[in-house]
Amino acid sequence: MSFLSDIGHLLLTADLWRATLEAAVLLLLPALGGVISERSGVVNIAMEGMMLTGAFFTVVADLAWHNPWLAALVGIIAGGLMALIHAVVSIRFRADQIVSGIAINIFAAGLTLFLVNRIYGLQDVGHVGQSALLPYINIPLLDQIPFLGRVVFQQNVVVYAALILLVVVQVVLFQTRLGLRIRAVGEHPQAADTAGINVYAIRYGAVITSGLLSGLAGAFLAIGISNTFVPNMTDGRGYIALAAMIFGKWRPLGAFVACLIFGLGQAIYDNNSIIHVSQYLLSMLPYILTLIVLAGLVGRSIPPAADGVPYSPGTE
Amino acid sequence: MSTPTSESIALEMHGITKAWPGVVANDHVDLSVRAGEIHALVGENGAGKSTLMNILYGLIHPDSGEILINGKPARIGGPRDAIGLGIGMVHQHFMLIPVFTVGENVMLGREPVAAGGLYDRTKARKEIAELTRRYGLALDADARTGDLPVGLQQRAEIVKVLYRGAHLLILDEPTGVLTPQETKELFVVLRGLVKEGKTIIFISHKLREVLEISDRITVMRRGKVVGHLVTKDTNEQEIATAMVGREVLLRVDKKPAAPGAVTFKVEDLTASSDRGVPALKGVSFELRQGEILGIAGVEGNGQSELVEVLAGTRRATGGRVLLGDKDVTTYDARTERDAGIAFIPEDRRGTGLVLNYSVADNLILGRQRSPSFSWHELVLRLVAIRDWAKRLVKEFDIRTPSIDTAARNLSGGNQQKIIVAREMASRPKVLLAAQPTRGVDIGAIEFIHRRIVAERDEGTAVLLVSAELDEIRSLSDRIAVIYEGHIVSIEPANTPEERLGLLMTGGGAERAS
Repeated sequence: MSFLSDIGHLLLTADLWRATLEAAVLLLLPALGGVISERSGVVNIAMEGMMLTGAFFTVVADLAWHNPWLAALVGIIAGGLMALIHAVVSIRFRADQIVSGIAINIFAAGLTLFLVNRIYGLQDVGHVGQSALLPYINIPLLDQIPFLGRVVFQQNVVVYAALILLVVVQVVLFQTRLGLRIRAVGEHPQAADTAGINVYAIRYGAVITSGLLSGLAGAFLAIGISNTFVPNMTDGRGYIALAAMIFGKWRPLGAFVACLIFGLGQAIYDNNSIIHVSQYLLSMLPYILTLIVLAGLVGRSIPPAADGVPYSPGTE
Repeated sequence: MSTPTSESIALEMHGITKAWPGVVANDHVDLSVRAGEIHALVGENGAGKSTLMNILYGLIHPDSGEILINGKPARIGGPRDAIGLGIGMVHQHFMLIPVFTVGENVMLGREPVAAGGLYDRTKARKEIAELTRRYGLALDADARTGDLPVGLQQRAEIVKVLYRGAHLLILDEPTGVLTPQETKELFVVLRGLVKEGKTIIFISHKLREVLEISDRITVMRRGKVVGHLVTKDTNEQEIATAMVGREVLLRVDKKPAAPGAVTFKVEDLTASSDRGVPALKGVSFELRQGEILGIAGVEGNGQSELVEVLAGTRRATGGRVLLGDKDVTTYDARTERDAGIAFIPEDRRGTGLVLNYSVADNLILGRQRSPSFSWHELVLRLVAIRDWAKRLVKEFDIRTPSIDTAARNLSGGNQQKIIVAREMASRPKVLLAAQPTRGVDIGAIEFIHRRIVAERDEGTAVLLVSAELDEIRSLSDRIAVIYEGHIVSIEPANTPEERLGLLMTGGGAERAS
């Protein structure tokens, strides 16, 4: 039973859990975006494309200006602009939101590949210098806590930001007026409209926010976790985030738990050198878990009632 | 009936016109409502009542016309403006979010906010308590809205409107979903509101209720106002005539039934709802040739599941259904149909028709395999189908430009007539009619009722399920009351409405089983 003992050893190392949290955050940001978008009633499967676009433009900006903060901001805005396309198509033109989402994902993959060749030629994009990366910051004192300090408080700045965002989104959605309105729009837009709430404004805001968060995840991936842009570097993480959102029953904290589970799979996969199980098997894990959840085996996950339904007011 | 406390005009609408491609929904409509009155707005489906009220509430923008609130011209660009002007609307389909609490629903759009931008539940609770006390509308602010009975949901809607400070309340078909008891309670509430100085516009097509509750009546037909009536000087027949544009028969004309042998027997039938919870808990009854058995009940007490099981579109979990001496319990829709059971489903657009198919194709749905319409079940006999369709369109007075028109483009009444024609023309032994006149105008109701009675007179056993107690009482020869999946009682046709209402809500009888 060497496999089990290997896994056992692995699970006791702080570095594994540190890697888990890092991988989880990369999923959490787009998952939070998905939660916000879908809570407002717009199905969003385009986090993958928004992330990828965000990653690309982050690197472009960083190579140009050597400023990671500015670069991340550019990435965030790029993600937001992709989301704006999705918002216009699905809110203004009431198109099928799945189709729009798929289109954006394909468009993002093509656009970034095209621009990579266009801007950098067929060679490498080039590496972002060490000083121009999003920094890892040790929180003074807290990072000295045994085990936990290494896992939580010696992380990239984006990880801290994501954890704060998690709490913010959870509170905003379920404890504030804005959250009540977002959920109202996602459950019953007509009711929200007749209560004097601007359905379109809420939906645009929610979809664009999902793009901003996905863009941030892209920036984190490109100049936090790695230091370059590689075509299709998001590698399906936007879809796993989607799965996490469903797994988490359209709740931020639930999605975070799902991200941790998927992140653990990712971390074990990355540490594959110590354990002897096929990395392909491990990489299937999130999808298998998602299928199990979708099949309703772990408690039914019910989306907002008006999720994916375009709103057109006042017609009889 | 209260006399208006003042003669001042709360609302005036002048020359309101709204056209959509192909239809003029409102054609120079004038409406004048006095402060402190209950003003009924009546008309058939599609007469333009809802359009007019949606314009008043800012959901639709008129092409022309002006609106005066308390004598002052008003610009209403959206619900927000309407709310600001003291207009509140209780919609026919409630604008409530089932997963929210009553408090959240009431507050939505004008939520009290505590420090830090957090939603202030305590304050919300207090404000609702105050409102409900003032208007005598008992309501639990923390209840999950979707769990409440319809009457209470409507109450939440009214409280929601009052919370927004409405002086002019629009109630769109408020009694459509209520039991007789709930309707009575609603009327008490409405009279109380008028006493508090509110003005109410009451939209309905139930003339008896209009006569009971309103002070004045505006009648609409085909987008135009066709009559202003004072309630105490008019009667049901006069309103109906104005609504339809011709004399209509409000009472169903029928001979006493001559029931024959028992053809259809349901024994201890059980079934589950879509959510997997028991919906039928042992239903038994007998149906004779040449009689109409009405199933009365508040919606959601198992009547939908009952018809579906009988029509073969839902599986029974226990019990038996006998057609003659044949056990048809496990028959599916096709075999039930072949055995002689015809089915008018309650969901006309979803279950009864293929909306994108032509009238002709819809008229043979379910019979497409029969030798008269197909050659060896392979090739459709198009000529025969067209002849058949032409015959039925004429016989059942289906108003359609042609038999090739898609069913989608017909009015609700004519869509329903397609189904009625198709099912009755199959010469069934048993006719299951679920909500046969739902959302259908008075003219078509009159026609469908006559056909159902004619069907009975030819010896068909008819099972009629309807949420309209009037319909049940005027058509049925016997009335079975269903409550929480049980038939609680089978009553004669002349049972007073009060008793039926009581039985429907679980009172008045010990369980039959």
